[in-house]
Amino acid sequence: MTMAVTKLRVEEKLYQNRYLVDPGRPHIKVRPHERPSANLLALTHICPAKCYELNDKGQVETTSDGCMECGTCRVLCEASGEIVWNYPRGGFGVLFKFG
Amino acid sequence: MIEQEFDAIVVGAGMSGNAAAYTMASQGLTVLQLERGEYPGSKNVQGAIMYADMLEQIIPDFRDDAPLERHLVEQRFWVMDDTSHTGMQYRSDDFNEAKPNRYTIIRAQFDKWFSRKVRQAGATVLCETTVTELVRSASGKVIGVRTDRAGGPIYADVVVLAEGVNGLLGTRAGLRKMPKPESVALAVKEMHFLPDEVIEQRFGLQGDEGCVIEAAGTISRSMAGLAFLYTNKESISLGIGCLVSDFAQTMESPYVLLDNFKNHPSIRPLIAGSEVKEYSAHLIPEGGYKAIPQLFGDGWVAVGDAAQLNNAIHREGSNLAMTSGRIAGEAIIEIKGRNQPMIRRNLALYKTMLDKSFVVKDLMKYKDMPALIHTNSLNFFMTYPQLMSQAAQNFMRVDGTPKIEKEKATTAAFIRARSRWGLISDVVRLALAWR
Repeated sequence: MTMAVTKLRVEEKLYQNRYLVDPGRPHIKVRPHERPSANLLALTHICPAKCYELNDKGQVETTSDGCMECGTCRVLCEASGEIVWNYPRGGFGVLFKFG
Repeated sequence: MIEQEFDAIVVGAGMSGNAAAYTMASQGLTVLQLERGEYPGSKNVQGAIMYADMLEQIIPDFRDDAPLERHLVEQRFWVMDDTSHTGMQYRSDDFNEAKPNRYTIIRAQFDKWFSRKVRQAGATVLCETTVTELVRSASGKVIGVRTDRAGGPIYADVVVLAEGVNGLLGTRAGLRKMPKPESVALAVKEMHFLPDEVIEQRFGLQGDEGCVIEAAGTISRSMAGLAFLYTNKESISLGIGCLVSDFAQTMESPYVLLDNFKNHPSIRPLIAGSEVKEYSAHLIPEGGYKAIPQLFGDGWVAVGDAAQLNNAIHREGSNLAMTSGRIAGEAIIEIKGRNQPMIRRNLALYKTMLDKSFVVKDLMKYKDMPALIHTNSLNFFMTYPQLMSQAAQNFMRVDGTPKIEKEKATTAAFIRARSRWGLISDVVRLALAWR
């Protein structure tokens, strides 16, 4: 129940934002894994856009449409190779109206 | 396809990139600035407070047309627990001066204005262009960039990396390491819109006067963090940031912290009835002096957040960014004037000049603070705020308890929480790090 409320809350927040999604070209990918590391698991809670979620096999998946390109996941999980992070193509991704 | 070879390519159109591009273009250098956003500012997030002195050194008459929100006349520092805040507040009519010292700004608007100035100074600004790679010569000197646009590489004598805290180019090219989780904070922010007269009434402001609140305490749930509320003309920027390492450890959700801050009894009435129009997130460099990476090399310099230049104690970042961008630009102009190549030995001039400026001097002053705060976050962000609130309430509440007993109870609470030695050691360590 708590999860659902939280999810609703962040989705409402993201709804205010402007994005230009590049269909079929996600700029973040999670490498296939059996069990996520502590940092990768943490992303399911601490990603400010809630882009990371656990699937029913206990693996972490990402949907980067709501990503605000902060780089938190990159700082925590790029060096270990668990995620691959690139900028969206020029002009795509989040477009802050105010910043 | 861009055939021309430039004196300089600037990667990024934030504060540091704009300062560098403007400085170089206005002195006649051929400058290409590349920005991955749809417009300058579309990827940039800041609180935001802009410091006039550092912009004046670049564009002296900026007040004529820059989009400024409010000039600050009041600053409140709050230590919060769950139901209270204990505060220090400074407000002065001296800040109502002909050329005010600090302004709130809205970055997307400000950055568009700054970018227009860069263009007027003669630089070529190309948006919607992501730089994908640095191009190097056989000897390893950076000689240009590749982008995601059609066409080959674009060449320049020097590349200014103003790519921000989450810059990919410099780290991928091995010019600097990725920031450590304990050296960056994740901040989330919302823009709350209210009529200007409502903001003025709630904060006791007249005209363009502005007020800022910076708050620490139990709102960051024992993580090293800070919340803020800045008044703009017709909106309030409010947010909270904590170290990424602390987020990873506690697994707290930043948007939950933000909502808790908004619902705090001291904050809620200030934003009541507002319309939220944006939610943003960004990293802030917090590592200070010890986290500054290599700033220059053969054919490149790094400026602003990409170089981790941020004063976490004073919450200053954009002024360090602007100043480092300007100084990098001036160093490049100087080297070009001598007809010398943009190699490591010559570009060391940038660091020499930066070391002499307030940028490095200020970061040096607080070099031990980030580690102290990081390793003692439970005490500084949970225990002491709670003790302060209890002490203040104990002092104010009149309930028939003799004052001498109240004082004893307060002293005992501090000792119980931290021990005598702990209290002394906290004060000494803080004083040493601050010195």
